[in-house]
Amino acid sequence: MARLQELAERPTALTGGHRLCPGCGEPIVVRQVLMSTDDPVIAASCTGCLEVSTTIFPYTAWDIPWIHIAFENAAATIAGIEAMYKALKTKAEKGQPLLDYIDPDADYKFVAFAGDGGTYDIGIQSLSGAAERGHDFLYVCLNNEAYMNTGIQRSSATPMGANTTTTPAGSVIPGKRKHRKDLTAIMAAHDIPYVAQSIPGRWRDLTTKAARGFEVDGPAFINVLTPCPLGWRCEPALTPEISQLAVDTCLWPLYEVDHGEWKLNYTPKEKKPIEEYLELQGRFRHLFRDEKGEEVRKRMQEFVDYKWEQLRERCGEE
Amino acid sequence: MPQVKPMEGNQAVAEAMRQINPDVVAAYPITPSTEVVQTFAQFVADGEVDTNFVAVESEHSAMSACTAAAAAGGRVMNATSSAGLALMWEILYITASLRMPVILTVVNRALSGNLNIHCDHSDTMGARDAGWIQIYAENVQESYDNLIQAVAIGEQMDVRLPVMSCLDGFLVSHSYELLQVEDDEAVRDFVGSYQPRYPLLDVANPLTMGPLDLYDFYFEHKRDQWAAYEPAKQAIIDVGQRFDEQFGRSYGLFEEYQLDDAEIAIVALGSMAGTAKDAVESLRAEGVKAGLLKLRVFRPFPAEELAAALSGLEAVAICDRAASYGGAGGPLYAEVTSALYVAGASVPAINCIYGLGGRQIAPDEIINIYRDLERVAEEGQPDQPLEFIGVRSFDKEEHADKYAF
Repeated sequence: MARLQELAERPTALTGGHRLCPGCGEPIVVRQVLMSTDDPVIAASCTGCLEVSTTIFPYTAWDIPWIHIAFENAAATIAGIEAMYKALKTKAEKGQPLLDYIDPDADYKFVAFAGDGGTYDIGIQSLSGAAERGHDFLYVCLNNEAYMNTGIQRSSATPMGANTTTTPAGSVIPGKRKHRKDLTAIMAAHDIPYVAQSIPGRWRDLTTKAARGFEVDGPAFINVLTPCPLGWRCEPALTPEISQLAVDTCLWPLYEVDHGEWKLNYTPKEKKPIEEYLELQGRFRHLFRDEKGEEVRKRMQEFVDYKWEQLRERCGEE
Repeated sequence: MPQVKPMEGNQAVAEAMRQINPDVVAAYPITPSTEVVQTFAQFVADGEVDTNFVAVESEHSAMSACTAAAAAGGRVMNATSSAGLALMWEILYITASLRMPVILTVVNRALSGNLNIHCDHSDTMGARDAGWIQIYAENVQESYDNLIQAVAIGEQMDVRLPVMSCLDGFLVSHSYELLQVEDDEAVRDFVGSYQPRYPLLDVANPLTMGPLDLYDFYFEHKRDQWAAYEPAKQAIIDVGQRFDEQFGRSYGLFEEYQLDDAEIAIVALGSMAGTAKDAVESLRAEGVKAGLLKLRVFRPFPAEELAAALSGLEAVAICDRAASYGGAGGPLYAEVTSALYVAGASVPAINCIYGLGGRQIAPDEIINIYRDLERVAEEGQPDQPLEFIGVRSFDKEEHADKYAF
């Protein structure tokens, strides 16, 4: 495990000068993930904020090989690259000459970065297929809980109560009416080597998990709650703190499933009420106006409590 | 030694794939191309190829993985049909735009609805603007030969385009014919080893592929892509000649059958051309100057060459095994008549839409098309150039029981 100073001194594979918003959690997550391995890394992204903001032609912020094909196929894309790498390595093992640009001694790593729309919704088939086939790749979901690139539309990662442009808070309907789905658990149900949840605000947690994700032989999935100041309507400077509050309210627990073993990585000393997290974000402001909003907050708290106990049980916590 | 073996079209395609020995095949089953994939999977299971075979969960992922694998730097092949090709649609354009020479066998089949598993060309005709080279086979031998040539064409450095190698579903894919199978070594020599270009696996020279590309550069990139189709046309001719020199079977942009002195002719794609050759022979025996132009390459469309070959005719029938609903006839008709117009060739032209959903076309029906052409040659361009061949018309009153309302 590298120390913070060592990590900070590593060359950055995602350079500055990209056009992501101030306070966006995505480049923080991407850098932490990429600095978690010393092996050569090839990255794929789905269509989304990260892709459009880091690559507008003729510029690129990527200092590693990077590809984007479409929206719903980040997993199939990284799987195709990994498949070609495996094919060429296998041919070399059979005695055919390895192409000279491939380092025979290196252990290449493959990572996909995709948003929650490209992962929970339109890309879930591609992800599920690649996970089941057992490609050796790390998939990082930059989960900001809505379609931010197209202007804050709801996804199946959007929490109940959130005001998005397709679940607007109105005089009759108070934002999104359904809870988000538990994609991390869905990925754990694929029985792949490694699944985890993390946040950008805890570098040691995220870099340790990314390193583990790169290390295991087979698919790894890390779901990172990634604040979006624009879509969440929160202070850009508070990105790490808000992500920490998601953890301290048990709304986004830090845990991992390593080869089937569920492990809770962090238990808050005092479980905070969700209001402390919600009130910092404009997307939940309408929930503090009237009784209807109070009712939604109550249901949200009940859901958080239920999921937290379910997780504790899975992790064997007393 | 080359061997002559009875084979189905699908087996012939799988055999060519075995000989080509691609690095990655990512594929999904769909009737009638399934057998290509499963036969090839057996070659993988038996260690007869070095290929990493990825049995993906959908055609969308198949083409995504194929495009990415090609970008990584290696030879990639795949096979599909109909709805499978339709599900790849979004990615087809990206494969061509990224200039990835993925080789895709398309066993042509109708698109839904209603559900139909049999042959027509709706699938590849719908994909005609995606930027892929399209080559159509008449029979089993051509399916095999075309696939081998497709690799050499698509991978040529000044082409670098994906290729669809098309054969008619069931009519060719499931028909046994005697196939001349060339030696493995000869086929491997012919296609050569894969020459990567800007491979993603070159980590020392990192490349960003598939960026955001807006109104300040996108158009130039598209124009650059447009420029690849002229070299592609030449590559198809050159590779066809090289194939002839090596294996003794000659291929070009199209085949002219009794066309030199013909007064009337049919233009057709795929297996119908075989039946049409029989019809031409029958008519020639009667003294009718009938001919056939079997188009082999639909993309890049050989407009000038085709117009030159057809310009001396008195009438031509363009046969489409696909409809362009609401369009000016079928897709082949629209393009051939456009080519004639631009060339200043005033040849009366009718459009025969036939064989949708696998409806057979018989020699007599083709002879009737030539009979119509004799009339058109005399009377000039008809007001209504569209004919549906072999389709029944129900009288609603007579068959009232078949209509619910």
